[in-house]
Amino acid sequence: MMDTATEEVIIKGISASPGVCIGKAYLVDREGVDVVEKYQIEDKKRSNEIKRFKAAVKKARDELRKIVEKSPAELQHAHILETHIALLKDKMLYGSTIDVIKNEGVNAEWALKKIVSNLREIFQTMTDPYLRERSGDVVQVADSIMRNLVGVERVNIAAIDKRVILVAHDLSPAETSQINLERVRGFITDRGGKASHTGIIARSLEIPAVVGLKSATSAIRSDDLIIVDGNTGNVILHPTEDTLVQYEERKIHYEEYKAVITRESHAPAESVDGVRLEVMGNIELPEEVFALINYGGDGIGLYRTEFQYFNRPDFPGEDELFDKYKDVVEVMDPKPVTIRTLDINGDKALANHVDSDEKNPALGLRAIRYCLKKPDIFKAQLRAILRAAAFGNVRILFPMISTYFEICEANRILDEAAQSLEKEGLPYKRDIEVGVMIEVPSAVIMADVIAENVDFFSIGTNDLIQYSLAIDRGNEQVSHLYQPLDAAIIRMLKHVADVAKEKEIKVFMCGEMAGTPHHIPLLLGLGMEELSMNPQTIPDIKRVIRSLNVEDARSFLQDVLKQKTARNTFELIKATYGSILAEQTYTEE
Amino acid sequence: MSPELSREVVIVNELGLHARSAAKIAGLAQNSKAAVWVQKEAEKADASSIVDILTLACERGSKITLIIEDKADRPILENIVNLIENGFGE
Repeated sequence: MMDTATEEVIIKGISASPGVCIGKAYLVDREGVDVVEKYQIEDKKRSNEIKRFKAAVKKARDELRKIVEKSPAELQHAHILETHIALLKDKMLYGSTIDVIKNEGVNAEWALKKIVSNLREIFQTMTDPYLRERSGDVVQVADSIMRNLVGVERVNIAAIDKRVILVAHDLSPAETSQINLERVRGFITDRGGKASHTGIIARSLEIPAVVGLKSATSAIRSDDLIIVDGNTGNVILHPTEDTLVQYEERKIHYEEYKAVITRESHAPAESVDGVRLEVMGNIELPEEVFALINYGGDGIGLYRTEFQYFNRPDFPGEDELFDKYKDVVEVMDPKPVTIRTLDINGDKALANHVDSDEKNPALGLRAIRYCLKKPDIFKAQLRAILRAAAFGNVRILFPMISTYFEICEANRILDEAAQSLEKEGLPYKRDIEVGVMIEVPSAVIMADVIAENVDFFSIGTNDLIQYSLAIDRGNEQVSHLYQPLDAAIIRMLKHVADVAKEKEIKVFMCGEMAGTPHHIPLLLGLGMEELSMNPQTIPDIKRVIRSLNVEDARSFLQDVLKQKTARNTFELIKATYGSILAEQTYTEE
Repeated sequence: MSPELSREVVIVNELGLHARSAAKIAGLAQNSKAAVWVQKEAEKADASSIVDILTLACERGSKITLIIEDKADRPILENIVNLIENGFGE
C-alpha cells in the first residue's frame, strides 16, 4: 500500500520540555481520533472499494437493527436508532461517499472522512444550538461505518495503553487531560510555541516535548520509531543504529546531570551576600506534590485548580474539592500552598458547560470574571479552600484581576463564604493571606490601589507578556515577539515591585520567566521575594541564586533599564553573567 | 411557480427540523416519482435526504417551501405538509 522509506530524517521544532525519549509514535489527529489513512484506488478496483464500503454500511445497519430489536418498543432510544438506520443510507452520506470513491479514486475510509468533515463544517456554522448538535448524530453514524471499515474498535486518546510518544497536530488542555499520562513518554505537536499549554503540561509531567514541528503529523506514522530530544527541539524519525546509541548516551547523561543538581536542591537558596529567596513550585495535580518535594521546593507558589473541573458532566462539590486541597495542604505543612481560584477560559472550558462560543477566549469570560458571574460555583471553591486552610499554611490567589472592583467583589464573596462556614459550625480559617495575579496591564497600572486590598502580588508573566505585547503565545507566526526581556515588560515588573515595596506587601513571580536561569539576576535585582516554577526547574534555579550577589544584581538592573530592546538586554546578561550561568542554560531568544 | 407544485409551511414543533423529524419527511419523499425539495430562503435541500434537510437548520418558526416537480407527487406533498403542521406528532 505504501512504501516503507526508512531513511533517517531530522525534523526541527521548538523545545518545550527538556529530556530525551526514544519510542514508538502514536498519531492522534485533529479530532482526537486515530488518523485515517489515505491511498489511491486504481480504476479497476474502485467498484470493489465501493462494495467494501457498502458491506461496512450493511454491517453497521445489522448491528443497529439488533439493538433496536432488543429495546422495548416505546423507548425514545429506539426512535433515535431508527433515525440512525435511516441516516446510514442517506444520500448525503452514503451516496456522496460512493461518489468520492468513484470520482477521486480514494479509499473508502478517506472518502467517508472527507464527507463527514464537510458536513461537520456546515453544522458548526448553525446558530441554533440544538440543530448544531445534530451533527453528532451524523458523526456517530459515520463512526459506526468507519469502525466496520477499519475492522477494529475505535481507539481514542483516553484508552492509550502503550508506552508511546504522542504525535498530534495540536493538543488542547482538555485533550491532554484525557490522556493516561503515565503511559506517555513524550509529546510532539505540529503547532504551538514554547509557552503553549502542551509544553507546560509536559514540563510538569517531566516528559520531553517538542512543539511547532509543522509537519510531524504528515511525516510520521503510528508505530514509527522516533527520538524526541526536548533539549534541542529535534525529532529524529527512523534513526540509524549509530544515532540510537548516541541518543541512549545523551539520555543517560541528561538523567545523571539532573540527579546531581537534585541532590543539592533541598538546601535553601541563599545568595552570596546572604539574601534568601523562596523557590516554590507550580502544580496542577495533587499527585505532583511529591515531585515538588523531591526537587526541594520551598512551597507551592501556584496551585492551579482547573483539573478537578475537567471531564465530568457536573461541577465538583465542595467536599470533593476540600478533600483534594486538604491532601496537598497537609503534605506541605508548614510550607505555604498558594491556591489559585478557578481560571477557566475558552480553551480549558468544561466539556459540558460551554455556555457560548467566544471568538476570543483569552479576552473573554474567564477566571475571576467567570467566578464573579457564577457566585455559587465560586463560593463552593472558596469554602473548600477556607476549610482546607485549617489544616496548614494556605494562601488564596485570585487570577486575572483587571479592575479594583473585581478584587473588592472577590474579597466580599470570600467573607460571605467564611460567614456561612461560621454559621454551620464547620472548622475553617479566614485569617490567611490573600493575593492577586498581576497578569493584565490594567492591574499593573492600578497596582497601588489594588495593593490596599491584598497581602501579596503574584506576577503571572505568561499572560502579562501576552496581553501587554498583544500576541497569542500559541501562534508560531508571532511567537517570536513573545519576549520576557522586552523593555516594556521589564518596566512593568519594576513598577509592580516598587509599588509592593512602598505599600509593604510581598511580591512574587509565578510565570515561566521565574523558571528561566538567565532571567534570575534581573529578578533578584527587582527584589522578588519568591519565585514559583515547574518543579523540575527548582534545583537549577536554586543553584543559580546561590552563585549570585543581590547588591550586584541591583546595579545590573539599572543597566538593564537603560536597554531599549530584548536583544540588547539579552546581550547584556550574557556579557555580565555568562561566566556564572552554565552554558546549557542559554537558549537563543 | 405553479401553486399546485409548491406549499409554504411554518415549522411549529419545538425542536425544529431535527434528525427524527427530517427522517419522517425523507421517508415520505423517498417514495416520490420525481424530486421533492425543501427550500428555506435561498437554500434548497433534497427532501429525500435527512442530512440535506438538517443542513438547512430549520428551527421552530422557520418558514419553508416544499416543492415537487411532478403533479403525481401531490399526495406526498400533502402528507409532508400535514406532518409538519401537526408538529410531527411530537
